[in-house]
Amino acid sequence: MARKMECIAMLLAGGQGSRLGVLTEKIAKPAVPYGGKYRIIDFPLSNCVNSGIYTVGVLTQYQPLELNDYIGNGQPWDLDRNDGGVHVLSPYQQIEGTQWYKGTANAIYQNINFIDRYDPEYVLILSGDHIYKMDYAQMLAYHKEKGADCTIAALEVPWEEASRFGLMITDDDDAITKFEEKPKNPSSNKASMGIYIFTWSKLRRYLIEDEAKADSSNDFGKDLIPAMFENGEKLFAYPFKGYWKDVGTINSLWEANLDLLNPKVDLNLSDPDWKIYSRNPVSPPHYIAPGAQVENSLIAEGTWVEGQVDFSVLFPDVTVGKGAVVRDSIIMPGTVIGENAVVQYAIVAENAVIGDGAVIGSRPEDMDNLDDWGVSVVGARVNIEPGGKLPPRRMTNGTIVKEVR
Amino acid sequence: MITGNNVLGIIFSNAYEDSVSELTAARAMGSVPFCGRYRLIDFPLSGMVNAGMDHIGVITKSNYQSLMDHLGNGKPWDLSRKRKGLHILPPFNTSHVGVYRNRIQALSGIMGFVHQATEEYVLLCDCNVVSNMDLNNLFRAHEQSGADITIMYRHGVAPALRDHINLGLRPDGSVEQVYLSSVGGEECSYSLNAFLMRKSLLERLINNAVSLNQTSFERDIIQKYADRLNMHGFEVEDYTCTIDSLKSYYNHSMQLLGSRGFRDLFKPERPIYTKVRDDMPAMYGMGASTSNSLIADGCVIDGTVENSILFRGVHVARGAVVRNSIIMQNSFVGEDTHLECVITDKSVMIKPHKSLCGAEDFPIYVGKGLVI
Repeated sequence: MARKMECIAMLLAGGQGSRLGVLTEKIAKPAVPYGGKYRIIDFPLSNCVNSGIYTVGVLTQYQPLELNDYIGNGQPWDLDRNDGGVHVLSPYQQIEGTQWYKGTANAIYQNINFIDRYDPEYVLILSGDHIYKMDYAQMLAYHKEKGADCTIAALEVPWEEASRFGLMITDDDDAITKFEEKPKNPSSNKASMGIYIFTWSKLRRYLIEDEAKADSSNDFGKDLIPAMFENGEKLFAYPFKGYWKDVGTINSLWEANLDLLNPKVDLNLSDPDWKIYSRNPVSPPHYIAPGAQVENSLIAEGTWVEGQVDFSVLFPDVTVGKGAVVRDSIIMPGTVIGENAVVQYAIVAENAVIGDGAVIGSRPEDMDNLDDWGVSVVGARVNIEPGGKLPPRRMTNGTIVKEVR
Repeated sequence: MITGNNVLGIIFSNAYEDSVSELTAARAMGSVPFCGRYRLIDFPLSGMVNAGMDHIGVITKSNYQSLMDHLGNGKPWDLSRKRKGLHILPPFNTSHVGVYRNRIQALSGIMGFVHQATEEYVLLCDCNVVSNMDLNNLFRAHEQSGADITIMYRHGVAPALRDHINLGLRPDGSVEQVYLSSVGGEECSYSLNAFLMRKSLLERLINNAVSLNQTSFERDIIQKYADRLNMHGFEVEDYTCTIDSLKSYYNHSMQLLGSRGFRDLFKPERPIYTKVRDDMPAMYGMGASTSNSLIADGCVIDGTVENSILFRGVHVARGAVVRNSIIMQNSFVGEDTHLECVITDKSVMIKPHKSLCGAEDFPIYVGKGLVI
């Protein structure tokens, strides 16, 4: 029996993130690079550590190799602990047979034994696809103060965007009185952030009941939470203020990266009191050569810039050749941008090679028809021939070119 | 075949400290910041680790707090181990000699550590030599020549360090003469102060020297035994620099900007490890202008930076101009401030509208934590 913990976190990291297309062909969504040196999963993991939660189960399923390797023993996040620490939990064989994680609730259900080892009072459920900084300890204090069975973190989104979210309608005490899933005419703008705290004894019971229902899709949002709501359990919306972004699509991933360059956006990654930890590259400082031009950009270690970089995020060990132009783009680790190549409004994944003079993406100003415009994506290890071209709103994995949706 | 895991590493973290007394006022030689994000000890330490050495002792003398903080448990170098790993060896203060005053006493103070080690060979190193060579080549050369002691050297202009070893070599690479010089400046084969030998030989030489009350490793051991022991030189042809003064620290740093030396020093196959700081990548603002400069993580650049090295977490405000300068960790350069040929130590704050100008052969040094 492990030592008792008051609260442990379970991080759902098994999703494919199919809307990220070529970026998640070989890696799970939480392992997608973000912000010049991070991966998406650094945010929930760092939030956990900064909030004093040192036991984290990471549920993996889709393409777990890179993610497992990245998490390792959890040392970069101070999660290599004698008691608790980070644990990667993959689906496993059981007497009754082998099952993949069927849904988010089923993934937790299959790991009831893991949670029981720590005999927690509360369980925090997180997902690996959001960029935000949040003190879960405050949310837990709120959960306790309200005597809630389930607390859902809620973000007030602009009304015009509210219909894209799962919404919660609350009374004056923030108790949830109604759920609306992507309604046409929203009556609330409190969107669910996909962050839940459950009182474990309650959650445990509902997980078992939910598993017994043959028609359930075993999903927190679709099945388990509605069941709790119908049974009159106490559900509360925890008001969160600050930056939060779901990076589930190419466009939102691109935007979330460029948000870091906007001084008005409330996402400070260099706050010494709330560091975002990551597995750091082992590379020398980056070098800006004579004749290079760098403005409005984030540039990581080991990068070598001889060309022009503007409004872009460059990850470690990127090379930007002479005369090359990188604008409004995200260039992931180890990628080479050849001489005189032009990369605009694009995401170029790891270790790709953009040949000399190649043209990736386009600026909206240069388009005849704006409907054809959008962010372009070059997949990992793709080699774009010198002089090659990838039109706007297209993605390629080296063999096929698809439209970015 | 000598393999790395059969060689015990010993690094002198304080050697030649007085040659850069400004930078070592508050720290050991090994923790002098270098090249934007490193400390000098990162180079010998990473070199040893990359050659498979996994048992390394770091000899310290004084002011080693910053070094301890940097090395921690050795994790960044993968030396946090149950067996072997990194050992920090503080001075062994015996009542009759006090803290050691020379290499012989320093080594005699750690003989317990050396004796207990199971490795057959030992490699001694200093921290004022910056290099990234494959030490396996040294091991191979030592074995092939059958030498008792192999001394790493480089051909060129000798550094001006007290009692520095220059080698007179025979065509086969064996040492004919050992010269000691404190002047420097002459073209010769100068030692890089890395010595490879059998551990048992080191133990014998040190015990002998201690019993004869000898004090100079260079004179009483290397020079004295030059004709009795089979010593060989091993020439390092890769990029290497020896720091012997603040001026040479400055020049060697500047020469790394965009040069072949830089590519030589930071080879992907032999990474230089250092302590992790978890900074965000460097941020360039609107109107920033940068040229021929090395910039580390956590910097925020809104001004102009030319021919300079910026360490981690440096801020250059709007309108500021930093030229031919080395700005260390967490320093702040205020608005419209002009710096030329300046070395600022850590956490220096230069307020707006100031101007500081040194010359290329005489850089201005601003001490740690000063506010100007």
